[in-house]
Amino acid sequence: MSDRIFGVFGVLLAIGFAIAALQIEESFLSDAVGPKAFPLIIAAILGLSSAVIALKPDAAPHWPSLARLAELAAAAVVMLLYARLLPELGFVFATALAAAYLSWRLGNAVLMAIATGIGTSVGIYVIFHLVLGLSLARGPFGF
Amino acid sequence: MDILSSLADGFGVALTFQNLGLALLGCFLGTIMGALPGLGPSNGVAILIPLAFTLGLGPTPSLILLTSVYYGAMYGGRISSILLNIPGDEPAMMTCLDGHPMAKKGLAGEALSLSGIASFVGAFIATWGLILLAPQLVKIALLFGPAEYFALFALAFMTLGGVSSTNQAKSAFAAMLGLGLAMIGVDTQTGVPRFTFGEVHLYDGLDFLVAIVGLFALSEVFIFLEERHGNSDAKGKSLIIGRLTPPWAMVKACTPTMLRTSVLGFVAGVLPGAGASLGSFISYSMEKRLVDKAGTFGTGDPRGVAAPEAGNNAAAGGALVPMLALGVPGSGTTAVLLAVLLSLNITPGPLLFANNPDVVWGLIAALFIANFMLLAMNIPMVGLFTRVLMVPPKVLMPIVAMVSFVGIYGISGSTFDLYVMVAFGVAGWLLRKLDIPLVPVILGTLLGNAMENNLRRAITIDDGNWWTLIDSPLAIGLWAVAIVGFVLPLIVGARIKARMRRRDEEGAIAD
Repeated sequence: MSDRIFGVFGVLLAIGFAIAALQIEESFLSDAVGPKAFPLIIAAILGLSSAVIALKPDAAPHWPSLARLAELAAAAVVMLLYARLLPELGFVFATALAAAYLSWRLGNAVLMAIATGIGTSVGIYVIFHLVLGLSLARGPFGF
Repeated sequence: MDILSSLADGFGVALTFQNLGLALLGCFLGTIMGALPGLGPSNGVAILIPLAFTLGLGPTPSLILLTSVYYGAMYGGRISSILLNIPGDEPAMMTCLDGHPMAKKGLAGEALSLSGIASFVGAFIATWGLILLAPQLVKIALLFGPAEYFALFALAFMTLGGVSSTNQAKSAFAAMLGLGLAMIGVDTQTGVPRFTFGEVHLYDGLDFLVAIVGLFALSEVFIFLEERHGNSDAKGKSLIIGRLTPPWAMVKACTPTMLRTSVLGFVAGVLPGAGASLGSFISYSMEKRLVDKAGTFGTGDPRGVAAPEAGNNAAAGGALVPMLALGVPGSGTTAVLLAVLLSLNITPGPLLFANNPDVVWGLIAALFIANFMLLAMNIPMVGLFTRVLMVPPKVLMPIVAMVSFVGIYGISGSTFDLYVMVAFGVAGWLLRKLDIPLVPVILGTLLGNAMENNLRRAITIDDGNWWTLIDSPLAIGLWAVAIVGFVLPLIVGARIKARMRRRDEEGAIAD
């Protein structure tokens, strides 16, 4: 069933891709092929392979329970927040928070997770910034 | 003689303090990454690429660092196979079959050191194979025009699915997804934006490094979050390692096996789409058929440890041949290495050998050096690496995620790139769940623009005639191979894959 849904999604994606390709503005200075042809070929094969996936599905994978899916979504949100807050909080704080969260959700006890977060953050800061001289995001405190 | 003098120049390049240091660092990190379940050669190399860039390393040093990681990961994969019966990476799967039984018999030290020697033999022979074969392939590649290149790219995509996926429709889907992603951005020939939807950040196209790190490294974090298996900390039980040198008789008994499987593995590595997993699999199967008269394979036969290890390390070297000589990688990790070259503005392929001989031969010399370092590192120091295995995923995975973020942020300093990376991480998780191979996606994003440019060049040269694509015997030959490569796995591939699976289960049952 998963493959069928995915195949239908793929066909829709291919159609969308083809429509977007048709809307590419042709430049007055174009080569014999132009910027549309190759994307259209891609869309065609994409659609075809998606149709095959939908028509001849493999056995469904083992999907996680709703709770685990929510877990994954939460992790993705935390990562996006991390990306958003990195320039504002500075590297060390933002990273400690994100790493602690991930470690906690991966099954560490809260205190151990906090320790892991701080350790990861400070460790990366020392190795990458102080030793290797990589520029990391600077927060209000300069680190 | 020509080759030997080039090689001597290569050693001149590689034997600087900086490059030796990088090779040593790469070997060390690579072995650790290979040994840790959940970090394999491709995501190990992926998270280190940004580091190589932000350190401002030149092309040769970056490549030396990253190929050392690659070779190191191939060595390291065996450690957890033998000690924990969990393959550290996919190619090391076959090593579990005899390696773990040996460890249970109290021969863990012998198994580790013997497999270290086998890895060395495989990689050493493959590096010579690379030296001898790559220049020949370059001579053929010099005959290629745009139409032939287009056919070659098509061949790479059509054969890539072969063994890595049971479902050809899914690998075709993956390749097209990658090519489609590559189309995003301003068209290089006419300057019109494509698929950018007015988003200025997308005008430059998606950075394929962001895609690679997201798909390979971050998706691994999601996989672990989903299963939340703190598995490996429970299994960190202390096995008795025993003596760290194999008895001379054991090495001698395994020598013919190592030599045979090295050659076989190398050939498997050169073929597009096969890579190291196939190398170790056919090596093991062949040896089992050839020498397993007493039925000891699977119960801790040293030859069953030597065969897949020599095979997968030889295949790792073999996979570098098409990547360097043609610019078309045959495996996931070589695709990642290709990304490194492209980001450094070096186009692999025949011109690389002519224009940047220092890069090619420096790299080859570095492979020899790395190989000796790995041998030295893996036999006496193997105890150190076994201790690394105790790091549980709940500590490791946050580090992987954070290093990925640091690397990408270090390159561009852009929050937008980080968002894109997270999106790729989620997409990578979803694709993996649906059993859609990730390597064609990466290869598509890497090669998409070159493929399109060759297509358009070929047709423009011939005044808009599309038949020019199949106008030369060489192009027709390439298309023929591509079609066979796509159709054949439909018939044979499923069978081989099924056998690989069964072997894996047998190994698990035997435990």
